[in-house]
Amino acid sequence: MKTTGLVKGIISNIVIVNADGAVGQNEICFVHCGDTKMMAEVIKVVGDDAYVQVYDSTRGLKVGDKVEFEGHMLEATLAPGLLSQNYDGLQNDLAKMDGLFIERGSVTEPLDFEKKWAFKPLAKAGDKVSAASWLGEVQEQWVAHKIMVPFIMTGNYTVKSVAEAGEYKVTDTIAVVADVDGNEYNITMVQKWPVKQAVRCYTEKPRPSRVMETGVRAIDTFNPLAEGGTGFIPGPFGAGKTVLQHAISKQADADVIIIVACGERANEVVEIFAEFPELTDPRTGHKLMERTIIICNTSNMPVAAREASVYTGMTIGEYYRSMGLKVLVMADSTSRWAQALREMSNRLEELPGQDAFPMDLSAIISNFYSRAGLVKLTNGETGSVTFLGTVSPAGGNLKEPVTESTKKAARCFYALSQGRADSKRYPAIDPIDSYSKYLEYPEIRSYLDEKIEKDWVDLVYEGKTIVQRGKEANDQINILGDDGVPVDYHERFWKGELIDFVILQQDAFDDIDANCPLERQKMMYELVLDVCHNDFEFDDFEACSHFFKSLINLFRQMNYAEWNSEKFFDYKAQIENMVNQQPHK
Amino acid sequence: MTTRAFQKVYTKIDNITKATVTLKASGVGNDELATVGGKLAQVVKIMGENVTLQVFAGTEGLKTDSEVVFHGEPPKLKVSDNLAGRFFNAYGEPLEGGEQIEGEAREIGGPTVNPFKRKQPSELIATGIAGIDLNNTIVSGQKIPFFADPDQPYNAVMANVALRAKADKIILGGMGLTNDDFLYFKQVFENAGALDRIVSFVNTTENPPVERLLVPDMALTAAEYFAVDKGEKVLVLLTDMTLYADALAIVSNRMDQIPSKDSMPGSLYSDLAKIYEKAVQLPNGGSITLIAVTTLSGGDITHAIPDNTGYITEGQLFLRNDSDTGKVIVDPFRSLSRLKQLVIGKKTREDHPQVMNACVRLYADAANAKTKLENGFDLSDYDERALKFAHDYSEKLLAIDVNIEIEQMLDTAWTLFSKYFTREEVAIKAELIEKYWKA
Repeated sequence: MKTTGLVKGIISNIVIVNADGAVGQNEICFVHCGDTKMMAEVIKVVGDDAYVQVYDSTRGLKVGDKVEFEGHMLEATLAPGLLSQNYDGLQNDLAKMDGLFIERGSVTEPLDFEKKWAFKPLAKAGDKVSAASWLGEVQEQWVAHKIMVPFIMTGNYTVKSVAEAGEYKVTDTIAVVADVDGNEYNITMVQKWPVKQAVRCYTEKPRPSRVMETGVRAIDTFNPLAEGGTGFIPGPFGAGKTVLQHAISKQADADVIIIVACGERANEVVEIFAEFPELTDPRTGHKLMERTIIICNTSNMPVAAREASVYTGMTIGEYYRSMGLKVLVMADSTSRWAQALREMSNRLEELPGQDAFPMDLSAIISNFYSRAGLVKLTNGETGSVTFLGTVSPAGGNLKEPVTESTKKAARCFYALSQGRADSKRYPAIDPIDSYSKYLEYPEIRSYLDEKIEKDWVDLVYEGKTIVQRGKEANDQINILGDDGVPVDYHERFWKGELIDFVILQQDAFDDIDANCPLERQKMMYELVLDVCHNDFEFDDFEACSHFFKSLINLFRQMNYAEWNSEKFFDYKAQIENMVNQQPHK
Repeated sequence: MTTRAFQKVYTKIDNITKATVTLKASGVGNDELATVGGKLAQVVKIMGENVTLQVFAGTEGLKTDSEVVFHGEPPKLKVSDNLAGRFFNAYGEPLEGGEQIEGEAREIGGPTVNPFKRKQPSELIATGIAGIDLNNTIVSGQKIPFFADPDQPYNAVMANVALRAKADKIILGGMGLTNDDFLYFKQVFENAGALDRIVSFVNTTENPPVERLLVPDMALTAAEYFAVDKGEKVLVLLTDMTLYADALAIVSNRMDQIPSKDSMPGSLYSDLAKIYEKAVQLPNGGSITLIAVTTLSGGDITHAIPDNTGYITEGQLFLRNDSDTGKVIVDPFRSLSRLKQLVIGKKTREDHPQVMNACVRLYADAANAKTKLENGFDLSDYDERALKFAHDYSEKLLAIDVNIEIEQMLDTAWTLFSKYFTREEVAIKAELIEKYWKA
């Protein structure tokens, strides 16, 4: 018997329901308003009154309207067929909705339940299995999608039978397993999981030990993101957060990419809808859309579902991770999610923390970031969820609660600076404030030693020092004047600029420069460092700035030129020639 | 908003604040309209039998025994082609005593367009102003505000943009517009012979501030009628959104909500997004382009209103007085059009993106030189040239009184490059230099 209730009060999208039976925290319910049923989630219970947040507009709702409680939390539906789909925050398939507008109470299936999949068994009768053990696989796009023992099945089971290779619908039974008491369970290709809980079906969660290549020099070379790691990109509006995120989602070396558009602009999602089916993944030759799942709750969609969207995205990420895949989950922007929490907390009349955000904001954020990670699966394989979130700090002030809380939780910090954006130095990742904790990991150091070159991390630090010294020299020049400092200061300043212009800046809208593979990054970076190792002799500061400006120009042409093309080497020769011609000390 | 026979009349109000009244009533729907002592009000909170209403015109003069009549429906606007050429108040009633519009009554603030059904904006909207077309190109379906200090001529610039933009319909939503500015818009549109393309919803400073809350939804409901039903290209002008947000703050304050940054309601972001996100490129070819004004206090963009706006809109246009040339310019540093990448170099000449960036970079060099000069340092030859370039750039391209075609803008920029700089200093792709450099 389901618990039911009646509406007692309405404050915007918070509805107070007088329930006639047991109600659970975070339980899902449906609020009836005329003929439409709107999904809602319990967020507070006081006596018989359940406070529910409605994932829709409460316009026209009346006191005494009926509410039905579902007895479970918000769940994601996990099965083959998720790739390439476009969902809203509650996993409704947006493409299946009729009409131009999203009408209230619209519900669409996240999957095609009629489609048949070519199933291949991996397990056999007698195998000992537990939650997330692989029973079989189907080919979903180019991913070998594993059919697993549902995550909610705790304890140990023995496989009784597995279906033969053949075509099955997702709801067909593909295996039967028995628990220790001999109770048998039919397993299909579909399982459900409550999105707010982390999937913990793995044996261990080691420290990240590999780098996730993104093709963005300022990240890969200077502050690499680890596979299974976490990072965040705070930046004021107009600093290029979204452009950077889109670049990473196109180029990142991941098997599955989940883009959560959380409370941001609809046109940005439209860009992905329009471009991704056309663009090709440089590594596999497949269309980008084939490896992408979009969870889209734009800023004008219901606020409560905005909060759900990041959890839905993360849960789908964890599902694919359990198949031994490299997953990248990106959320733009986690500030909107925090604001959704603030709106709720405000309507519940909770005592506010800083800037009226809820007191437990920091805990909620770190709890969420901790769901990312590299994991060792029960069968010895590894899988990973790398999480990259953007933060939109109010007023561009990095001391606000969301940025501060996220800084505690994430290991990479890519601070976008207004100053760099103003002078069109894109990506506007601040080379001095930003950091990647992974550079300090011995695992990552030895990985880079092998993947790129011995002692690569030392080279990275050398470059950072040059940029830092360049900035200091610039400060001195600004205080004392061009003539007031020795020419050496100018040289130091320009060496910093050289790294900035050639390595850190990158044209995300140029077909060639947009994506810079690691091999090319290594070559360009070492070429730039070689130049920096010279002690040049200049007559005056103007000669110095002229020399470096011309050099930067050549380097940039090189960045625009096709890798290893004739033109590329021509510019390289010109650079070497120019460096040799210039008198040295 | 006539009273209907079956409606129940309440005559006992329990609480009256400056903007809200609370009474005991039953069978009332959330967001529903009501008339309180002859004034229009909307349900904002229901707690058991206690219903709180926000009275748009303010509660002055209301008595505890004033008559309360519930309408049983949320605010609606009657839409039809007859809207064109008409001026309305915030409730959608004709101003100047004109006749009522007959047509289908639609709820304002309706549902959102499914993002999957949207089309990518791709049509350039030319304004003739180089500060916009060259540096911050606007695209149909975009939403972009002017950030301006109250003393700047933003309404005049906006009227110019609207008239040059070749839209099928222009919908003006005026919030807290001074009567003078209202008459200015009316006159400009009339002189341009464009009145039949204009629909206006106006709340002037003479009207109660809370009424403003209805204006954007009214304007956008009309816009959706023309764009969705008729497939027209609609341009919506909203001025001034800061006054709209102030009205939101008044209401939330009266409802005892905990304020967040700058005394604004915690839901400011969602409230503004609901309006701005109505900008859309539709599959039927129709579009809603939204140009708004957000006035700043002392140029402060970190204030909650411009800050939240900036995160919602697709860029912002910043007006600034340039002391070097004595003109109002579109600030190239702080202005941005996020959608320009969809058209520049594609719908415009190939050199557009690089020329635009080079101009701004060189202008930044000039700004640095100016700082040096102000700090009493000697200028290098390059600095001198950069400063001269900046002066010409500001006068010939950035000033808001410029009205030329985009090709001309690009040619002007190349002329300035070759006048003041060498090819290396301009640092543009070699192929483009070969093709466009003015010897």
